[in-house]
Amino acid sequence: MSLPGGRAASAPLLGHEIEPTIFELSVHGRSAYQLRTTDVPAIPLSDFIPAEHLAPKRVALAEVSERDLVGHFTRLSHRQFSVDLGAYPLGSCTMKYNPKFCDAVAADPGLNSVHPGVPASLSQGWLELLVTLEHKLCVITGMAAATLQPAAGAAGELTGLLLMRAYHGANGDLRKRILIPDSAHGTNPASVTLGGYEVTTIPSNDRGLVDLAALKAALGPDVAGIMLTNPNTLGLFEEEIVEIAAAVHAVGGLLYYDGANLNAILGVIRPGDMGFDIVHMNLHKTFATPHGGGGPGAGPVAVSPRLVEFLPGPRAACRDDGSYYWETSERSIGRVHGWHGNSMVLARALAYIDVHGGDGLTRVAQHAVLNANWLRERLRETLPAAYDRVCMHECVLTATWLKNAYGVRGLDVAKGLLEEGFHSPTVYFPLIVDEALMFEPTETESVQTLESLAASIERIAVRAKTDTDGLHHAPQTTPVSRVDEARAARQLIATEDAADR
Amino acid sequence: MLSFLGMNSLDQLFAHIPASVRLAQGLDLEPGMSEPDVAAIFAQYSAANQGQLSTLTCYAGAGAYDHEVPAVVKMLGSRSEFVTAYTPYQPEVAQGVLQAIFEFQTMISRLSGLPIANASLYDGAAALVEAVNMATGATKRQKLIISSGVHPHWRGVVKTFAQGTGHEVVEVALKDGVTDWGSVDTSAAAAVVAAYPNYLGVLEDMSAAKSVATSSGALLVVCGDPLAAGVLRTAGDWGADVFVGEGQPLGTALSFGGPYLGLFACTHEQIRRLPGRIVGETVDSNDRRAFVTTLRAREQDIRREKATSNVCTNQTLMAVTAAIQLGWLGTRGYAEVATRSAQGAHYLHDHLVQISGVTRVSTNPFFREFALRLPRNASGVLEDLVGEGILGGLSVESLAGASDPSLEGDLSDVVLIAVTERRTRRELDQYVDVLGKVLS
Repeated sequence: MSLPGGRAASAPLLGHEIEPTIFELSVHGRSAYQLRTTDVPAIPLSDFIPAEHLAPKRVALAEVSERDLVGHFTRLSHRQFSVDLGAYPLGSCTMKYNPKFCDAVAADPGLNSVHPGVPASLSQGWLELLVTLEHKLCVITGMAAATLQPAAGAAGELTGLLLMRAYHGANGDLRKRILIPDSAHGTNPASVTLGGYEVTTIPSNDRGLVDLAALKAALGPDVAGIMLTNPNTLGLFEEEIVEIAAAVHAVGGLLYYDGANLNAILGVIRPGDMGFDIVHMNLHKTFATPHGGGGPGAGPVAVSPRLVEFLPGPRAACRDDGSYYWETSERSIGRVHGWHGNSMVLARALAYIDVHGGDGLTRVAQHAVLNANWLRERLRETLPAAYDRVCMHECVLTATWLKNAYGVRGLDVAKGLLEEGFHSPTVYFPLIVDEALMFEPTETESVQTLESLAASIERIAVRAKTDTDGLHHAPQTTPVSRVDEARAARQLIATEDAADR
Repeated sequence: MLSFLGMNSLDQLFAHIPASVRLAQGLDLEPGMSEPDVAAIFAQYSAANQGQLSTLTCYAGAGAYDHEVPAVVKMLGSRSEFVTAYTPYQPEVAQGVLQAIFEFQTMISRLSGLPIANASLYDGAAALVEAVNMATGATKRQKLIISSGVHPHWRGVVKTFAQGTGHEVVEVALKDGVTDWGSVDTSAAAAVVAAYPNYLGVLEDMSAAKSVATSSGALLVVCGDPLAAGVLRTAGDWGADVFVGEGQPLGTALSFGGPYLGLFACTHEQIRRLPGRIVGETVDSNDRRAFVTTLRAREQDIRREKATSNVCTNQTLMAVTAAIQLGWLGTRGYAEVATRSAQGAHYLHDHLVQISGVTRVSTNPFFREFALRLPRNASGVLEDLVGEGILGGLSVESLAGASDPSLEGDLSDVVLIAVTERRTRRELDQYVDVLGKVLS
């Protein structure tokens, strides 16, 4: 590789000083706020609110100047790794670059100053945007209609399970079980419980795919459906999906597509064409809306024709005259969000889809898969893949040999990578792979960056032998060194006021 | 890169996908457009939103309010380190988000009057769903007693998710704007859910809700406006076991309903059932202060089908923004915003009820929002007000449907009006003047 790849230097972040909390910075009497001059008469509240309601004392918040406020949060930001700073190959999370244009679109007051409760006549632009997005998401997934209300993937999962329940219920068909592969994300079984179903776990076969024979053995008239991620969490495409769909449909079950890994298949294959009945999408993954340090996301759910009438309402719809209105079907399961969903996230996703278009979205998937395979092949001698063949958008590698040879575990590799200026991959997931390290480079990282990442991992593998102890104590160059998680759980200090603090 | 893989086309990467179900022609979408071209399309969406506040003075509320969000909060909250990170799985490089959440938890704990607050949920409605799930887990009971003073949309969301959990939802009617607890069988409940203030703006006597919860053996869940504690007693002061709230008033734009911020706080007793993430203070291997997500064994990625909740992605960016906004306001500013909002609301209320045919729906005290019955259809009146540059509130029928246990009689002529610290006396006077003309 002749050109260097961008990594965030060996000491990746500036903020090495412990930052006081905002309460520790607080000095009585200081303030930053300024409010409008209103000339509203300052009548004492006790004139109109009975004493039993009034606060006996003020809620104590920090008292800081604007300058100190800016210094504090800016210094905190210097203690935070982010996609904008460097590669973030955190598998399953699709930490691709978030185009700034989409943020700028969302900053338009014509969108973000609209109150969610205004009548449709005052929000025609928003309704048109939502109808347009719903249509495009259905084109991308091969489904008939979608709700945009769910605020994240897990909310979408639960919505999808309630749709299954409504569908079966309408047929007078009470079913009990949902099948889930053993490689599934934890949100799947957690959602199943909240959906009022029981989980039946389906083992993976020696190729890392759903064991079709075990699946068929588990099927029966009490199976409401199956939740599948395809490609699955090993980054492998479920090649027998057509057979799986036929088997589940044959017993009257429905197929739920967990869209966590949709980025791998955009424009290549659609969940609807594979036989899925319900699909959730993580717009913060596939459609590049920023992850926000843990959220917000958006988790629209698209369905096949037979489930449309059960979708949450209200949904934006278009009349023949081109005007837009809200509609709720009679058999709708009801609302799943306080208003219309994470609208500003939805707007960003539509902007992303429009900029890419059908052709660009296909390139997204192609390059995401190319990058993951390049990295997998490049690291073949250093960290072998758990399943050695073409992967999709992510590859699950294993550090088993480092553990056996030097006692260096996957977590040590992950922590070592932080010192190298990269974010860690996902560690110890999926649970079925020993010492799993799940890398998802995404399509937005250059080959130079991937080479730099690979070279860092090679250095760590050398350190495993030459500096085993150092790696066990990595990272040291980061804002804090390895964190005592056990102590945090044993002696909970969740606020400034905690008794043990 | 392809040759490194021994391939000569990108299609080879997908050769193992069954050809029978692959797309032959790609997606049926328009080709990609340049950013300026897409911006022009979005400018049309934007222009078609006549409800935007560049042209209207806002009195709409129901959980979403037009508060001051200063440039400093917007700029700090949009720093790309906060915006483009994900969940702090690697605490050594995520101290920025972790400490900001710790500060947020402290602030929410203080304004709720409860010792534990989590790192956020999707929105107020989602927080309420998690609260009732906590209560059913804690009591091993299925019955939820919910005041119809709780926002109608939140009640709707609780009912939707009850289809999965099997919870029995009992709504309690309001009488004169206050929950008539005696009208239903409150025994053997998992949760008693009240709102303070309720969605019609009314301040109910929470000691009544507390005694209902106590005698039933239920958890008391209080849904609250996060600004209320600037003036009013906290949920904890009233004896709540759980506080849930919609955090939008803490620095988030109206945003057509999202992303907002679900607030969740509770007592120590419920900590093992806490939904979502919580950040704790600890030390690093060099004994320096550090923060980390903790009590992880409750969460879905570890506990799977036995998890306390399925939530993974939450609303961290809004939580960080709320911490910045509350840092900007400080002790005095927080109280000042609540006080001014209440003063403005009462000033407007007292003048509006002078207009012939305009009456209160409740004689009980209120905070910063109130409902009035108009002499004719509220939607029509609101439309007339928009013509005069005033977003005069929300039609209660549009929120609650044609009939609802929260109000007796016809809901179509009831309007819900909210006032924030941003409304000037001149604007309030103008509202009174215009409504008088519209109704005459």
